[in-house]
Amino acid sequence: MRSLWIEWTLAAGFLREGRTQSLMITVGVAVGVAVIVFISALIQGLQANIIERTLGTQAHIRLLSPDETNVLLPVPSGTVHLVQEDQRAQRLRSINNWQQIIATLDQQPLLTAVSPVVSGPAFVRRGEALESVALVGIDPDRYLRIIPLARYLVSGQLRVGAGDALVGTILAADLGVRAGSKLRLDTGQQNSTVVNIAGIFELGVRELDARYVYLDLKQAQSLLELPGGVTVIDLTVTDIFAADTLAAQIERLTSLNAESWIETNAQLMNALTAQSLSTNMIMVFVAISVAFGIASVLSVSVVQRTREIGILRATGATRQQILRVFLIQGALVSLLGSNAGIAISYGLVWAFNTFGPGLFYIPVPPILVLLAILLATGTGVLAAAVPSRRAAGLDPVVAIRYV
Amino acid sequence: MSDPANPVLRLEALRKSYNPGLPNEIEVLHGINLSIGRTDFAALIGPSGSGKSTLLNLIGLLDTPSSGELYLLGQATSGMDDAGRTALRGHAIGFVFQFHHLIQAFTALDNVLMPLMLAHGKPDKAALQRARELLAGVGLEKFAASKPNQLSGGQQQRVAIARALITEPALLLADEPTGNLDTQTASEVFELFRHFNRERGCAVLLVTHDPRLSATCDRTINLVDGQITDYAAAPGSFN
Repeated sequence: MRSLWIEWTLAAGFLREGRTQSLMITVGVAVGVAVIVFISALIQGLQANIIERTLGTQAHIRLLSPDETNVLLPVPSGTVHLVQEDQRAQRLRSINNWQQIIATLDQQPLLTAVSPVVSGPAFVRRGEALESVALVGIDPDRYLRIIPLARYLVSGQLRVGAGDALVGTILAADLGVRAGSKLRLDTGQQNSTVVNIAGIFELGVRELDARYVYLDLKQAQSLLELPGGVTVIDLTVTDIFAADTLAAQIERLTSLNAESWIETNAQLMNALTAQSLSTNMIMVFVAISVAFGIASVLSVSVVQRTREIGILRATGATRQQILRVFLIQGALVSLLGSNAGIAISYGLVWAFNTFGPGLFYIPVPPILVLLAILLATGTGVLAAAVPSRRAAGLDPVVAIRYV
Repeated sequence: MSDPANPVLRLEALRKSYNPGLPNEIEVLHGINLSIGRTDFAALIGPSGSGKSTLLNLIGLLDTPSSGELYLLGQATSGMDDAGRTALRGHAIGFVFQFHHLIQAFTALDNVLMPLMLAHGKPDKAALQRARELLAGVGLEKFAASKPNQLSGGQQQRVAIARALITEPALLLADEPTGNLDTQTASEVFELFRHFNRERGCAVLLVTHDPRLSATCDRTINLVDGQITDYAAAPGSFN
């Protein structure tokens, strides 16, 4: 295939000659690309931040024992059986056979961490103060892969071994304790013990910081009178957005109730989806208006160059060559414009990260940049198609006489 | 001078109608028979509306006849597609138009090279050399790097002539090449056609309204109402 040298030369020459037009449309493309890239980066950064904050303090999937239900005696067929039942109160009880379930889940490649937890209600006392809390008994090695407590520790040490506990900042403030203080834990089952506060954490969620007391698994089991038992299995997954489908699979596999974070944060997911949708809409409409801009400028250019197109045809240019000259103009303008737009968006992102509210950091993923350039150039070529076909279809006899 | 057995161009019963098949169909050319020899220097004359430009466009393969056959360098052209016609036009024919018609974005040298670049891409040393020679031949060697808008009308027309000759065409077509120029410049440009006809042996067919110019041609072909009314084989026969 012959090289397209002359097509490129003509396209570049035409763009240079129509400098003002070329500049205007390049700026148009640049602004469009800058808006698209900046908004995408902003929204991606924002959503990643929200998700990270949400998931930083909770498991992706929680496995719980199925609720206990009333067992009704079977009735002979043909008999109408009217029942008025009270739902059973759900007592604290262990997941059956949890060791085996954990062993099975450890083999699942889509799960990144599996952590058995025993949790139940308790009171803490210090002097006259009484607070209701949630005891959470953990296996630290496994649990830290679910929630990196080390990151949230504000004082003391991350230690839950014999007689040690971790409490949240709000609880610590309410009780007036600090690392090294003692607390009495009372589960209301004639079971109480005094623990040493090894460390104080701040998860950033008020409810958790006021109520969580982390203990060793064994100590919590004995306090809650569930020796050897666990009440929840926390899981993390590789693809957080597939958590609900994975939860359904695990539910079938283990016959436990599986709650994914998507279910428990349905509102948040709705908000994120709506946000993504509106971002995509903005991007599509910006792309469309940029495309129309390119198409209209090139259409004017074709009209202006009608006579020159006629001369080129008379001096040996084929229809295909004319077509390519104008397609290349569209591609060049959008390539230049999108590169300028990327530069602008880097500037905007930098300004946001440096002078912005500082609530979160926006990264600009290279794939987004590449995609934006490809998309803009593709749009440019597509937008150029209509005027290019018009140019190629010009009758040279008519075109030469065009004034 | 011409070799009747081997003409550069031969038209047989060439007809051209506009709006064929419609009620307003107009036949502009009514069966033209014409032969142009390899070294002919011919003027095509006739009143406005007689079909001169239509005939020139047909000969230049810019337009297709409604019927009849057009042989260029012995090749029948009726069955050719756009690419074939473009290729044949590219190497067999050079065009000079009334309005110089240069590409404004490019220098005089690039404009001269345009037909070669369109056919073969980036010009090689030999092509550049030939383009400079042709510019020198039309007296514009100093203006190779000038853009068309820096040249006078006569200079632009001379660049257009150099462009028409870059492919060493067998036939040079000119549509009122001097119609837009003052008398002095017109005769200089006309002399260039003469010069290239003699030096390079390329056939020249030019449309003109100027009787003083056509009188100096070897042949005049008189087109009236879409028909050739008379041949004048010798200079001075047009009055």
